[in-house]
Order: sequence, then structure tokens, then C-alpha cells
Amino acid sequence: MSLKLDKTTIKFGGLTAVSAFDLTIDQNELVGLIGPNGAGKTTVFNLITGVYQPTDGGIVFDGQSLVGQKPHQITRHGIARTFQNIRLFPSLTVFDNVRAAFHLRLCCDVRHALWRGRGFSNEEKEIAASVLELLEIFHLGKFRDAMAKSLSYGDQRRLEIVRALATRPKLLLLDEPAAGMNPNEKTELMRLIQFVKDRFQISILLVEHDMQVVMGICRRIAVLDYGVKIAEGTPAEIRANPKVIAAYLGEEVKTPNAGN
Amino acid sequence: MNFHRAKTLLLAAVALCFVISLVLKNNQSYWLYVSYDIGINIILAVSLNLINGYTGQFSLGHAGFMAMGAYTAAVITNQFTGSNPALAGAIFLGALFAGGLAAAAGGLIVGIPTLRLRGDYLAIVTLGFGEIIRVILQNIDAVGGPRGYSVMHSWTNFFWTFGIAAVTIYVILALVHSTYGRGFIAVQDDEIAASAVGINPTRYKVTAFVVGAFFAGIAGGLYAHAKSFISPDGFGFMKSIEIVVMVILGGMGNTPGVILAAVLLTLLPVGLDNLGDIQSLPGISADHPLSWVKDTRMVIYSLLLIVLMLTRPQGLFVFKKRTTA
Repeated sequence: MSLKLDKTTIKFGGLTAVSAFDLTIDQNELVGLIGPNGAGKTTVFNLITGVYQPTDGGIVFDGQSLVGQKPHQITRHGIARTFQNIRLFPSLTVFDNVRAAFHLRLCCDVRHALWRGRGFSNEEKEIAASVLELLEIFHLGKFRDAMAKSLSYGDQRRLEIVRALATRPKLLLLDEPAAGMNPNEKTELMRLIQFVKDRFQISILLVEHDMQVVMGICRRIAVLDYGVKIAEGTPAEIRANPKVIAAYLGEEVKTPNAGN
Repeated sequence: MNFHRAKTLLLAAVALCFVISLVLKNNQSYWLYVSYDIGINIILAVSLNLINGYTGQFSLGHAGFMAMGAYTAAVITNQFTGSNPALAGAIFLGALFAGGLAAAAGGLIVGIPTLRLRGDYLAIVTLGFGEIIRVILQNIDAVGGPRGYSVMHSWTNFFWTFGIAAVTIYVILALVHSTYGRGFIAVQDDEIAASAVGINPTRYKVTAFVVGAFFAGIAGGLYAHAKSFISPDGFGFMKSIEIVVMVILGGMGNTPGVILAAVLLTLLPVGLDNLGDIQSLPGISADHPLSWVKDTRMVIYSLLLIVLMLTRPQGLFVFKKRTTA
């Protein structure tokens, strides 16, 4: 698995939201993408997942260009995502939220659903078993028949990750998963992200506002400011980088550990 | 998860309709004809529920699809003059199917370009589509234009009406109650999230339109052969609204509720009508004491709808809370 953004640029009218952005993510890597408000982090996500099309530059996943593909096609290639403001299917149950994501792996189509033969019921049984297995891994099994919108905030975030994993991604994009969490929940989340990466052997790109979370789990971090990548490196390098400090706290401040 | 039982149930229902139909063979009662209306409305409401209720595409063009099916089927069966009952049955089934296919093609034509539209805008375009169909039919002289079109055979009977209603209910429920079918509801809930898990929203919406239109077309064919006469005005947008009301009243995406609503809303005007026909009531000296009910039945009908909408906006037959709009 490898994702390569090559001088990816997107302009909205006169505004260049992301400018000549380069980034490479390799097999089983956990990369952080940080930056002040409005730096273009979520826009990068939307470019990778096909919600926006780049004005210029390329996006290559496993040797295949993603430019011009629709979001659902990109999911098919093995890129799944979560959203900054949680987007579950509120009128479906927890179980069905995850089940809907198994859609990709279906061999059955409309005809099988109508005929309801042996192949169909076997496949539905297999799917049900895999959904439950996934839910159990994330301790959501007990909520299987609850409506998704009735879950607590933290559980909804977890369910969204489970739903993304149900598409069997090679690369998972997490958009500010720590938003709105208290310090305890953040520690829990860091453990969860690490666990997901090891258990499913996937790569993760993490967009996050919270320095503590990013610095805690990412080996490599890229920093965006006004759509331009101003730094990339290990947490220690990023913390010491004067450009990053300037972007976050302004020029004058020279405190060495300002990044925290 | 009884996947096989559903099919058995469908066969049993169709067989039951056949037996009832044999029993009622020489029955010409008024209520039998009312029951055809009920069956046809069930087909219309349940099929529209796939588009409006499950997939969340607000369509006001169902009468247009119905008209396409009605005229297609009627034109086909009018070519037939023999009296062989088996052949007649086969031709009727073929004509209904052809009507369904014509309407499904219509669904595809409306579906594809309008999928960029949402909510009110989609409603306006589908409304326009229904009106276009009506106006086109008014201008085709071969089918009588605005004067309407006579249908030679009244082949619609209890078996066809309720057998097909059972098939419609089965198809819609089987479609939605599968991993594949969860996609319809996912698209309604959140299109962006749906495409993020690999669901192609466009495909689902077009499928909903095509399947929904297909059954509306078949309902149109049944309608034509029940009334023996069809005219473009019978498929105006009031008819579409009537079907939408059934779906809303039954509860969006709640098939049993929608079936009940279709039955209720078909019987309501008929019932009010009959109430007015009562000759005398004990204790009241006047002749036809309830004739005012007959005169004001459309007012009563509308008032009842308003009251129902105010008191049970989630649908008359929805008992589980559902907050999605």
C-alpha cells in the first residue's frame, strides 16, 4: 500500500486552499497532519477521497491515479474515512450502520435479494457474523440493536471507525477524531488508533488539532499552514521547528516547547 | 432471519387471492370494485414508499408513471378480440408487464437527469414530469386525446389486483431487508457518508425510481382494466398527491403502515359517500339525515388529513420513534 500526493493543488476561485502539497504514506504507517484552523487539512482529506478534484497535481494510490474518481470508487480501492462532524446513518441501527458498509464486498445483488436463495442467505449470515465480530472488537456489541444516534458521543466516534473498517481499507483517514473529547477520552482514543493500526495492519492518516494526541502516536507529522506544507518530520523535529511555532503562536514567541 | 419463509408466504398469499377470486367469480358487487381500488392504491403507495420513504427522494410524479402503464397496457389489450380465457390471462399479464416496463423506462428518464436535485427541487421536477405525461397523452389522438380512451376488456379481478399487490409488497420488502437494501436508507440518511463506505448514491436513487415506477405502471394497467375507461385527467397531479399522502400518513419507510394508510384513505371517501346515502336514522324524522356528509365529504376528508398531520406527523401507523425528516 502506498499513497502519494504529488504537488496536489486545489483552488476555489481566487483562493488556493491547498498548494503543491506533497505527501507519501507507506505500508502500516501512522502519519499525522496538523495545522492551525483553516490550514486546509480537511481539504486534503476531501481531495484524497474524491469529494473535491484537484486543480493541479496528482494523487496516486497503489500505482493508480485517484484523480477524477468518485468517492465510492475510491472507497473501493481501499481508502476509508471518518468525518470531523460525525456522519453516521441516524435512522439505522448500530448493526445496520456497519452492515451497510459491507455493501462493497457483496457478491449478491438485487436479483439475489429478491430470490432469497441459499447463496443469499449464506452471504447474509456471513456478513452478520463479521459485523458482530467487528462490533465486539470495539465493545459495541451490546448496542447492536440501538439506533446509531442514541449512542454517546465517544461511542458514535468509535462506531464511525468500525464502519470505515468494515470496508476493509488499506488506508484509513481519521478527521479530527479527538474533537470534543476530554483528556481521558483522548488517551483512550490514542490507544484505540494504535490498536486499529496493529490489529488490521493498515496505514492511517490522522488529521488532528490536538497536539498531545498527534505527538503521542505519530512517527511522522506534516504541518500545513495556509494550504502550504511548512514542515514534515518526527514529533521532536516538528516541535523544534521555528516555522511551526510561528504558525501556531506567532513570530515573536520563542519559547522552545511552544508546540505543546 | 427467515429468508425462505418470505417466499412461501408470498406464494400462499397469491394462492389465496386465486381462490378468493374463484369464489367471487360472478360477483358484481360495488364493494368488489372498491376492493380493486384498494389493491391498486396499495401497489401505488408501497412502490412510492421505496422512492419517497426509503430512499428519501421526494417524488410527485407517481401518477405520471401510472398513466404510462395504463395507456401502454390498454393499447396492447385492445388489439385482442378473442374469447379464450387462458390466452386472455396471458395477454393481460404481458400487457401489465409491458406497462410496467414503459413506466420503468420513464423512471429511468426522470431519474438520471434529476438526481442532482434534492428535496423541493426534485419534487418540482417530478411534478413537472407527471404533468408532461398528462399533456402528451392529451395530444395523442390515437388514444382519444382529452376525450379519454375506452378499454375493451375489464380483466382486472381480485386475483390480479391482490396477487400483484402481494408481489409488490414482497419485492419492496425483500429489496430493503438485505445488506444491499440497507443502501437505500443509508443514501436517505447521509449521501456523503454513504459514498464514503462505497455505496453509489446515484445508482441507488435510479434503482429506486425504476423499481417504483415499474410497479406504478402495473398499477396503472390494473386501473385501466378495472375502470374500462381512462382519460389523461385521471392521472393529474392530484392523484400523485393522493399517493404521497398515503405514504406520509402510513409513515415514511414503514411498509405495513403505508398499506394500512392506502386501505384507509381509499375507504374514507367511499365510506363518507355511503353514510350520506342512509335513508333514515332511528329518532330522526328527516329524510336522508346524513346527506350533508355526502355533500361535504371532500371537506371532511381534507380536515381529517389536517388533523392527522397535526397530531401524528411521524405517520399514523408509526409507533417507533423516528426523528429523521
